[in-house]
Amino acid sequence: MSDSIHFELVSPERLLMDIAAASVVVPGSEGDFTVLPGHAPVMSTIRPGVVEVMETGGGEPSRLFVRGGFAEVTSEGLVILAEEVIVLADVSREELQQKVADAGEDVEDARTDEEKRLAIEALARLTELAEAKS
Amino acid sequence: MANLKDLKTRIQSVKSTQKITKAMQMVAASKLRRAQEAAEAARPYAGRMASVLSGLAASVAGQPGMPPLLAGTGREDVHLVIVATSERGLCGGFNSNIVRAAKKRIIALQGDGKTVKLLCIGRKGVAQLKSQYGALIVDTVDLSHVKSLAFADVQPIAERVLAMFGDGEFDVCSVFYARFKSALTQIVTEHQLIPAAISGQASGQDDDAGTNDAGNENGGETPPPDLKGSIYEYEPDEEEILQTLLPRNLSVQLFGALLENAASEQGSRMTAMDSATRNASDMIDALSLKYNRTRQAVITSELIEIISGAEAL
Repeated sequence: MSDSIHFELVSPERLLMDIAAASVVVPGSEGDFTVLPGHAPVMSTIRPGVVEVMETGGGEPSRLFVRGGFAEVTSEGLVILAEEVIVLADVSREELQQKVADAGEDVEDARTDEEKRLAIEALARLTELAEAKS
Repeated sequence: MANLKDLKTRIQSVKSTQKITKAMQMVAASKLRRAQEAAEAARPYAGRMASVLSGLAASVAGQPGMPPLLAGTGREDVHLVIVATSERGLCGGFNSNIVRAAKKRIIALQGDGKTVKLLCIGRKGVAQLKSQYGALIVDTVDLSHVKSLAFADVQPIAERVLAMFGDGEFDVCSVFYARFKSALTQIVTEHQLIPAAISGQASGQDDDAGTNDAGNENGGETPPPDLKGSIYEYEPDEEEILQTLLPRNLSVQLFGALLENAASEQGSRMTAMDSATRNASDMIDALSLKYNRTRQAVITSELIEIISGAEAL
Protein backbone atom coordinates (compact mmCIF):
# COMPACT_ATOMS: atom_id res chain seq x y z
CA MET A 1 0.00 0.00 0.00
CA SER A 2 1.33 3.42 -0.86
CA ASP A 3 2.01 5.88 1.94
CA SER A 4 0.15 8.72 0.30
CA ILE A 5 -3.33 9.45 -0.92
CA HIS A 6 -4.30 11.32 -4.01
CA PHE A 7 -6.10 14.43 -2.85
CA GLU A 8 -8.20 16.70 -5.03
CA LEU A 9 -9.94 19.85 -3.93
CA VAL A 10 -12.41 21.15 -6.49
CA SER A 11 -14.51 24.29 -6.43
CA PRO A 12 -17.11 25.08 -9.09
CA GLU A 13 -14.74 27.58 -10.65
CA ARG A 14 -11.65 25.41 -10.84
CA LEU A 15 -9.51 22.56 -9.60
CA LEU A 16 -7.67 24.03 -6.62
CA MET A 17 -5.47 21.19 -5.44
CA ASP A 18 -4.32 17.99 -7.01
CA ILE A 19 -1.55 16.55 -4.87
CA ALA A 20 -0.35 13.49 -3.04
CA ALA A 21 -1.05 13.97 0.64
CA ALA A 22 0.02 12.05 3.71
CA SER A 23 -3.21 12.77 5.54
CA VAL A 24 -6.20 15.07 5.25
CA VAL A 25 -8.57 16.18 8.00
CA VAL A 26 -12.08 16.65 6.64
CA PRO A 27 -14.82 18.56 8.50
CA GLY A 28 -17.63 16.09 7.93
CA SER A 29 -21.16 17.12 8.77
CA GLU A 30 -21.30 14.40 11.42
CA GLY A 31 -17.86 15.16 12.79
CA ASP A 32 -14.32 15.68 11.60
CA PHE A 33 -12.46 12.70 10.25
CA THR A 34 -8.91 12.14 9.12
CA VAL A 35 -8.31 10.36 5.86
CA LEU A 36 -5.15 8.27 5.76
CA PRO A 37 -3.94 6.00 2.95
CA GLY A 38 -6.12 2.94 2.65
CA HIS A 39 -9.23 4.57 4.09
CA ALA A 40 -12.51 2.78 3.47
CA PRO A 41 -14.76 4.35 0.81
CA VAL A 42 -16.87 7.06 2.39
CA MET A 43 -19.19 9.67 1.07
CA SER A 44 -19.90 12.50 3.43
CA THR A 45 -21.32 15.98 3.25
CA ILE A 46 -19.20 18.65 4.85
CA ARG A 47 -20.01 21.45 7.22
CA PRO A 48 -18.25 24.80 6.99
CA GLY A 49 -14.85 24.24 8.49
CA VAL A 50 -11.18 23.76 7.93
CA VAL A 51 -9.55 21.13 5.78
CA GLU A 52 -6.04 20.33 6.94
CA VAL A 53 -3.78 18.85 4.33
CA MET A 54 -0.51 17.23 5.40
CA GLU A 55 1.68 16.83 2.37
CA THR A 56 3.92 13.83 1.91
CA GLY A 57 7.19 15.68 2.48
CA GLY A 58 6.15 16.59 6.01
CA GLY A 59 6.19 20.23 7.08
CA GLU A 60 3.34 22.46 8.12
CA PRO A 61 -0.14 21.37 7.06
CA SER A 62 -1.96 23.73 4.71
CA ARG A 63 -5.26 24.90 6.11
CA LEU A 64 -8.18 25.73 3.87
CA PHE A 65 -11.62 26.91 4.82
CA VAL A 66 -14.37 25.15 2.90
CA ARG A 67 -18.11 25.67 2.79
CA GLY A 68 -20.88 23.60 1.33
CA GLY A 69 -20.10 20.43 -0.52
CA PHE A 70 -19.06 16.87 0.10
CA ALA A 71 -16.07 14.61 0.38
CA GLU A 72 -15.69 11.32 -1.39
CA VAL A 73 -13.11 8.73 -0.41
CA THR A 74 -12.45 5.94 -2.85
CA SER A 75 -9.63 3.49 -3.27
CA GLU A 76 -8.10 6.02 -5.65
CA GLY A 77 -8.02 8.89 -3.21
CA LEU A 78 -9.99 11.69 -1.68
CA VAL A 79 -12.00 14.23 -3.58
CA ILE A 80 -13.56 17.23 -1.89
CA LEU A 81 -16.11 19.20 -3.85
CA ALA A 82 -16.64 22.50 -2.08
CA GLU A 83 -18.71 25.47 -3.13
CA GLU A 84 -16.37 27.93 -1.57
CA VAL A 85 -12.72 27.56 -0.67
CA ILE A 86 -10.59 30.14 1.13
CA VAL A 87 -6.93 29.59 1.82
CA LEU A 88 -6.59 30.64 5.44
CA ALA A 89 -2.99 31.76 5.05
CA ASP A 90 -4.21 34.40 2.57
CA VAL A 91 -6.40 36.31 5.01
CA SER A 92 -5.12 38.13 8.06
CA ARG A 93 -6.91 37.98 11.38
CA GLU A 94 -7.16 41.76 11.72
CA GLU A 95 -8.69 42.12 8.28
CA LEU A 96 -11.23 39.48 9.15
CA GLN A 97 -12.16 41.09 12.43
CA GLN A 98 -12.64 44.37 10.62
CA LYS A 99 -14.92 42.67 8.12
CA VAL A 100 -16.94 41.01 10.88
CA ALA A 101 -17.38 44.39 12.53
CA ASP A 102 -18.46 45.92 9.20
CA ALA A 103 -20.95 43.14 8.61
CA GLY A 104 -22.35 43.70 12.11
CA GLU A 105 -22.94 47.35 11.24
CA ASP A 106 -24.62 46.34 7.99
CA VAL A 107 -27.11 44.26 9.96
CA GLU A 108 -27.87 47.31 12.15
CA ASP A 109 -28.26 49.57 9.13
CA ALA A 110 -30.45 47.23 7.08
CA ARG A 111 -33.76 48.87 6.24
CA THR A 112 -35.80 46.20 4.50
CA ASP A 113 -36.27 42.61 5.59
CA GLU A 114 -34.49 41.35 2.50
CA GLU A 115 -31.47 43.55 3.20
CA LYS A 116 -31.47 42.40 6.78
CA ARG A 117 -31.56 38.73 5.78
CA LEU A 118 -28.65 39.16 3.39
CA ALA A 119 -26.63 41.10 5.96
CA ILE A 120 -27.24 38.47 8.63
CA GLU A 121 -26.17 35.73 6.23
CA ALA A 122 -22.99 37.61 5.37
CA LEU A 123 -22.26 38.13 9.05
CA ALA A 124 -22.78 34.45 9.84
CA ARG A 125 -20.44 33.49 7.03
CA LEU A 126 -17.71 35.82 8.20
CA THR A 127 -18.07 34.74 11.80
CA GLU A 128 -17.61 31.11 10.77
CA LEU A 129 -14.50 32.07 8.88
CA ALA A 130 -13.15 34.10 11.79
CA GLU A 131 -13.71 31.18 14.12
CA ALA A 132 -11.87 28.86 11.76
CA LYS A 133 -8.98 31.28 11.62
CA SER A 134 -8.49 31.59 15.35
CA MET B 1 -19.53 59.85 -62.57
CA ALA B 2 -19.00 59.56 -58.86
CA ASN B 3 -17.49 62.52 -57.19
CA LEU B 4 -13.86 62.09 -56.13
CA LYS B 5 -14.48 63.72 -52.77
CA ASP B 6 -17.48 61.51 -52.05
CA LEU B 7 -15.44 58.43 -52.74
CA LYS B 8 -12.69 59.60 -50.44
CA THR B 9 -15.05 60.19 -47.50
CA ARG B 10 -16.65 56.83 -48.18
CA ILE B 11 -13.28 55.09 -48.00
CA GLN B 12 -12.47 56.93 -44.79
CA SER B 13 -15.70 55.88 -43.14
CA VAL B 14 -15.27 52.23 -44.11
CA LYS B 15 -11.74 52.39 -42.76
CA SER B 16 -12.89 53.65 -39.39
CA THR B 17 -15.57 50.95 -39.24
CA GLN B 18 -12.89 48.42 -39.98
CA LYS B 19 -10.80 49.74 -37.13
CA ILE B 20 -13.69 49.25 -34.74
CA THR B 21 -14.50 45.72 -35.89
CA LYS B 22 -10.83 44.82 -35.77
CA ALA B 23 -10.58 46.10 -32.18
CA MET B 24 -13.74 44.24 -31.21
CA GLN B 25 -12.36 41.07 -32.71
CA MET B 26 -9.19 41.41 -30.72
CA VAL B 27 -11.05 42.10 -27.48
CA ALA B 28 -13.31 39.11 -28.13
CA ALA B 29 -10.27 36.92 -28.78
CA SER B 30 -8.71 37.78 -25.45
CA LYS B 31 -12.02 37.45 -23.63
CA LEU B 32 -12.60 34.16 -25.37
CA ARG B 33 -9.38 32.76 -24.00
CA ARG B 34 -10.39 33.70 -20.48
CA ALA B 35 -13.94 32.43 -20.89
CA GLN B 36 -12.70 29.19 -22.37
CA GLU B 37 -10.31 28.67 -19.49
CA ALA B 38 -13.11 29.32 -17.03
CA ALA B 39 -15.38 26.87 -18.81
CA GLU B 40 -12.70 24.21 -18.85
CA ALA B 41 -11.73 24.82 -15.22
CA ALA B 42 -15.32 24.25 -14.18
CA ARG B 43 -15.53 20.88 -15.88
CA PRO B 44 -13.83 18.73 -13.21
CA TYR B 45 -16.40 19.81 -10.63
CA ALA B 46 -19.35 19.13 -12.89
CA GLY B 47 -17.85 15.81 -13.96
CA ARG B 48 -17.26 14.68 -10.37
CA MET B 49 -20.70 15.82 -9.39
CA ALA B 50 -22.24 13.85 -12.24
CA SER B 51 -20.37 10.67 -11.38
CA VAL B 52 -21.20 10.90 -7.67
CA LEU B 53 -24.85 11.64 -8.42
CA SER B 54 -25.26 8.82 -10.86
CA GLY B 55 -23.73 6.43 -8.33
CA LEU B 56 -26.13 7.65 -5.67
CA ALA B 57 -29.09 7.72 -7.99
CA ALA B 58 -28.42 4.15 -9.04
CA SER B 59 -28.37 3.01 -5.44
CA VAL B 60 -31.69 4.62 -4.58
CA ALA B 61 -33.35 4.01 -7.94
CA GLY B 62 -36.68 2.30 -7.75
CA GLN B 63 -37.10 2.99 -4.04
CA PRO B 64 -40.15 4.89 -2.89
CA GLY B 65 -39.69 8.42 -1.63
CA MET B 66 -37.21 9.46 -4.26
CA PRO B 67 -36.64 13.21 -4.13
CA PRO B 68 -38.81 14.96 -6.73
CA LEU B 69 -35.80 16.75 -8.16
CA LEU B 70 -34.56 13.37 -9.33
CA ALA B 71 -37.77 11.51 -10.01
CA GLY B 72 -39.88 14.41 -11.23
CA THR B 73 -43.35 15.30 -10.05
CA GLY B 74 -44.91 12.46 -11.98
CA ARG B 75 -46.47 14.90 -14.41
CA GLU B 76 -45.17 16.67 -17.48
CA ASP B 77 -47.76 19.39 -17.89
CA VAL B 78 -45.85 22.56 -17.23
CA HIS B 79 -42.45 23.14 -18.74
CA LEU B 80 -40.04 25.82 -17.65
CA VAL B 81 -37.66 26.73 -20.44
CA ILE B 82 -34.57 28.69 -19.46
CA VAL B 83 -33.14 30.57 -22.40
CA ALA B 84 -29.58 31.68 -21.83
CA THR B 85 -28.38 34.39 -24.18
CA SER B 86 -25.86 37.20 -24.14
CA GLU B 87 -26.11 40.70 -22.74
CA ARG B 88 -24.56 42.36 -25.74
CA GLY B 89 -25.18 42.18 -29.45
CA LEU B 90 -22.82 42.15 -32.40
CA CYS B 91 -21.99 38.52 -32.00
CA GLY B 92 -23.22 37.04 -35.25
CA GLY B 93 -26.04 34.55 -35.12
CA PHE B 94 -25.32 33.55 -31.54
CA ASN B 95 -28.50 34.81 -29.90
CA SER B 96 -30.74 34.12 -32.87
CA ASN B 97 -29.61 30.50 -33.00
CA ILE B 98 -30.42 29.92 -29.35
CA VAL B 99 -33.74 31.71 -29.56
CA ARG B 100 -34.69 29.84 -32.73
CA ALA B 101 -34.03 26.47 -31.07
CA ALA B 102 -36.00 27.56 -28.01
CA LYS B 103 -38.93 28.77 -30.13
CA LYS B 104 -39.01 25.48 -31.99
CA ARG B 105 -39.21 23.66 -28.68
CA ILE B 106 -41.92 25.99 -27.38
CA ILE B 107 -44.02 25.36 -30.48
CA ALA B 108 -43.54 21.61 -30.16
CA LEU B 109 -44.50 21.67 -26.47
CA GLN B 110 -47.53 23.87 -27.06
CA GLY B 111 -48.55 21.57 -29.88
CA ASP B 112 -48.61 18.74 -27.35
CA GLY B 113 -50.93 20.79 -25.17
CA LYS B 114 -48.37 21.59 -22.48
CA THR B 115 -48.02 24.87 -20.68
CA VAL B 116 -44.72 26.63 -21.27
CA LYS B 117 -43.08 29.16 -19.00
CA LEU B 118 -39.98 31.06 -19.93
CA LEU B 119 -37.08 32.30 -17.88
CA CYS B 120 -34.67 34.45 -19.83
CA ILE B 121 -31.09 34.99 -18.86
CA GLY B 122 -29.54 37.83 -20.81
CA ARG B 123 -31.12 40.92 -22.35
CA LYS B 124 -30.81 39.88 -25.97
CA GLY B 125 -32.97 36.81 -25.58
CA VAL B 126 -35.68 38.82 -23.86
CA ALA B 127 -35.72 41.29 -26.72
CA GLN B 128 -36.19 38.54 -29.28
CA LEU B 129 -38.77 36.55 -27.36
CA LYS B 130 -40.83 39.41 -25.97
CA SER B 131 -42.85 40.16 -29.07
CA GLN B 132 -44.06 36.62 -29.63
CA TYR B 133 -43.98 35.00 -26.21
CA GLY B 134 -44.04 37.99 -23.86
CA ALA B 135 -46.90 36.50 -21.88
CA LEU B 136 -44.95 33.32 -21.16
CA ILE B 137 -41.92 35.02 -19.64
CA VAL B 138 -42.13 34.57 -15.89
CA ASP B 139 -38.80 36.11 -15.04
CA THR B 140 -35.74 37.65 -16.58
CA VAL B 141 -32.22 37.73 -15.25
CA ASP B 142 -29.94 40.58 -16.12
CA LEU B 143 -26.27 39.70 -15.83
CA SER B 144 -24.94 42.80 -17.56
CA HIS B 145 -23.22 44.00 -14.39
CA VAL B 146 -21.25 40.76 -14.15
CA LYS B 147 -17.81 40.93 -15.67
CA SER B 148 -16.64 37.40 -15.16
CA LEU B 149 -19.22 34.89 -14.11
CA ALA B 150 -18.75 33.52 -10.59
CA PHE B 151 -20.60 30.69 -8.96
CA ALA B 152 -22.21 33.16 -6.57
CA ASP B 153 -23.85 34.92 -9.53
CA VAL B 154 -25.61 31.76 -10.58
CA GLN B 155 -26.82 30.65 -7.20
CA PRO B 156 -29.67 33.17 -6.91
CA ILE B 157 -30.99 31.98 -10.29
CA ALA B 158 -30.84 28.37 -9.17
CA GLU B 159 -32.56 29.25 -5.90
CA ARG B 160 -35.30 31.02 -7.82
CA VAL B 161 -35.82 27.95 -10.01
CA LEU B 162 -35.84 25.66 -6.98
CA ALA B 163 -38.35 27.87 -5.19
CA MET B 164 -40.62 27.77 -8.22
CA PHE B 165 -40.27 24.01 -8.38
CA GLY B 166 -41.02 23.77 -4.67
CA ASP B 167 -44.21 25.77 -5.21
CA GLY B 168 -45.23 23.39 -7.95
CA GLU B 169 -45.09 26.03 -10.65
CA PHE B 170 -43.61 23.63 -13.20
CA ASP B 171 -42.85 19.95 -13.69
CA VAL B 172 -39.98 19.86 -16.13
CA CYS B 173 -37.17 22.36 -16.50
CA SER B 174 -34.64 22.57 -19.29
CA VAL B 175 -32.07 25.12 -20.33
CA PHE B 176 -31.09 26.28 -23.82
CA TYR B 177 -27.54 27.43 -24.31
CA ALA B 178 -24.71 27.23 -26.84
CA ARG B 179 -22.08 24.67 -26.05
CA PHE B 180 -18.62 25.83 -26.95
CA LYS B 181 -16.88 23.55 -29.41
CA SER B 182 -14.44 25.89 -31.05
CA ALA B 183 -14.24 29.57 -31.92
CA LEU B 184 -15.98 28.69 -35.18
CA THR B 185 -18.62 26.28 -34.00
CA GLN B 186 -21.02 26.59 -31.14
CA ILE B 187 -23.68 24.00 -30.72
CA VAL B 188 -27.07 25.04 -29.41
CA THR B 189 -27.88 22.51 -26.74
CA GLU B 190 -30.92 21.70 -24.71
CA HIS B 191 -30.16 20.32 -21.30
CA GLN B 192 -32.75 19.02 -18.90
CA LEU B 193 -32.25 20.19 -15.34
CA ILE B 194 -35.34 18.93 -13.55
CA PRO B 195 -35.87 16.02 -13.21
CA ALA B 196 -32.11 15.67 -13.09
CA ALA B 197 -30.97 14.06 -16.31
CA ILE B 198 -28.20 11.84 -15.11
CA SER B 199 -25.97 10.43 -17.76
CA GLY B 200 -26.56 6.77 -18.34
CA GLN B 201 -29.95 7.00 -16.75
CA ALA B 202 -33.17 8.33 -18.19
CA SER B 203 -34.10 10.23 -15.03
CA GLY B 204 -35.25 7.30 -13.00
CA GLN B 205 -37.43 5.68 -15.59
CA ASP B 206 -38.18 2.04 -15.08
CA ASP B 207 -36.93 0.78 -18.43
CA ASP B 208 -33.48 1.98 -17.53
CA ALA B 209 -33.42 0.73 -13.99
CA GLY B 210 -32.35 -2.74 -15.04
CA THR B 211 -29.04 -1.59 -16.41
CA ASN B 212 -28.39 0.59 -13.42
CA ASP B 213 -28.90 -2.12 -10.89
CA ALA B 214 -25.67 -3.75 -11.98
CA GLY B 215 -23.52 -2.15 -9.32
CA ASN B 216 -22.46 1.43 -9.48
CA GLU B 217 -21.92 1.35 -13.21
CA ASN B 218 -22.66 4.60 -14.93
CA GLY B 219 -21.92 6.60 -18.02
CA GLY B 220 -20.78 9.72 -16.18
CA GLU B 221 -17.98 11.84 -17.46
CA THR B 222 -15.49 10.41 -15.03
CA PRO B 223 -15.40 6.65 -14.90
CA PRO B 224 -16.76 5.22 -11.68
CA PRO B 225 -14.01 4.54 -9.19
CA ASP B 226 -13.04 0.95 -8.75
CA LEU B 227 -14.28 0.10 -5.32
CA LYS B 228 -12.75 -3.36 -5.37
CA GLY B 229 -15.95 -4.91 -4.18
CA SER B 230 -16.33 -2.61 -1.20
CA ILE B 231 -19.26 -0.26 -0.85
CA TYR B 232 -19.49 3.33 0.22
CA GLU B 233 -20.23 4.28 3.73
CA TYR B 234 -22.61 7.19 3.61
CA GLU B 235 -22.48 9.87 6.20
CA PRO B 236 -25.29 10.90 6.72
CA ASP B 237 -27.39 8.39 4.78
CA GLU B 238 -27.86 8.27 1.02
CA GLU B 239 -31.17 10.05 0.93
CA GLU B 240 -29.95 12.94 3.00
CA ILE B 241 -26.86 13.37 0.85
CA LEU B 242 -29.02 13.26 -2.22
CA GLN B 243 -31.27 15.90 -0.71
CA THR B 244 -28.40 18.33 -0.35
CA LEU B 245 -26.68 17.26 -3.53
CA LEU B 246 -29.54 17.70 -5.98
CA PRO B 247 -30.14 21.42 -5.46
CA ARG B 248 -26.41 21.95 -5.63
CA ASN B 249 -26.27 19.94 -8.82
CA LEU B 250 -28.79 22.30 -10.36
CA SER B 251 -26.60 25.32 -9.62
CA VAL B 252 -23.56 23.52 -10.95
CA GLN B 253 -25.30 22.53 -14.16
CA LEU B 254 -26.59 26.03 -14.66
CA PHE B 255 -23.19 27.50 -13.90
CA GLY B 256 -21.56 25.16 -16.42
CA ALA B 257 -24.14 26.07 -19.05
CA LEU B 258 -23.64 29.79 -18.53
CA LEU B 259 -19.87 29.46 -18.68
CA GLU B 260 -20.12 27.55 -21.94
CA ASN B 261 -22.48 30.21 -23.17
CA ALA B 262 -20.04 32.99 -22.29
CA ALA B 263 -17.24 31.25 -24.16
CA SER B 264 -19.54 30.65 -27.14
CA GLU B 265 -20.61 34.27 -27.18
CA GLN B 266 -17.03 35.48 -27.38
CA GLY B 267 -16.17 32.88 -30.00
CA SER B 268 -19.17 33.86 -32.06
CA ARG B 269 -18.35 37.55 -31.73
CA MET B 270 -14.77 36.94 -32.73
CA THR B 271 -15.81 35.12 -35.89
CA ALA B 272 -18.44 37.70 -36.73
CA MET B 273 -16.05 40.59 -36.25
CA ASP B 274 -13.36 38.81 -38.20
CA SER B 275 -15.60 38.48 -41.22
CA ALA B 276 -16.79 42.06 -40.77
CA THR B 277 -13.18 43.23 -40.85
CA ARG B 278 -12.56 41.18 -43.96
CA ASN B 279 -15.68 42.56 -45.63
CA ALA B 280 -14.53 46.06 -44.83
CA SER B 281 -11.14 45.49 -46.39
CA ASP B 282 -12.77 44.03 -49.52
CA MET B 283 -14.93 47.11 -49.69
CA ILE B 284 -11.95 49.41 -49.24
CA ASP B 285 -10.16 47.63 -52.09
CA ALA B 286 -13.13 48.02 -54.41
CA LEU B 287 -13.61 51.65 -53.47
CA SER B 288 -9.93 52.47 -53.89
CA LEU B 289 -9.97 50.94 -57.34
CA LYS B 290 -12.97 53.02 -58.25
CA TYR B 291 -11.35 56.10 -56.76
CA ASN B 292 -8.18 55.61 -58.79
CA ARG B 293 -10.10 54.97 -62.00
CA THR B 294 -12.17 58.09 -61.47
CA ARG B 295 -9.05 60.10 -60.80
CA GLN B 296 -7.48 58.81 -64.01
CA ALA B 297 -10.62 59.58 -65.96
CA VAL B 298 -10.64 63.13 -64.62
CA ILE B 299 -7.00 63.62 -65.65
CA THR B 300 -7.64 62.15 -69.08
CA SER B 301 -10.62 64.37 -69.74
CA GLU B 302 -8.67 67.42 -68.58
CA LEU B 303 -5.85 66.50 -70.96
CA ILE B 304 -8.26 66.07 -73.83
CA GLU B 305 -9.71 69.48 -73.07
CA ILE B 306 -6.26 71.09 -73.08
CA ILE B 307 -5.14 69.32 -76.27
CA SER B 308 -8.32 70.04 -78.17
CA GLY B 309 -8.14 73.62 -76.99
CA ALA B 310 -4.56 73.91 -78.29
CA GLU B 311 -5.53 72.33 -81.63
CA ALA B 312 -8.36 74.77 -82.14
CA LEU B 313 -5.95 77.69 -82.14
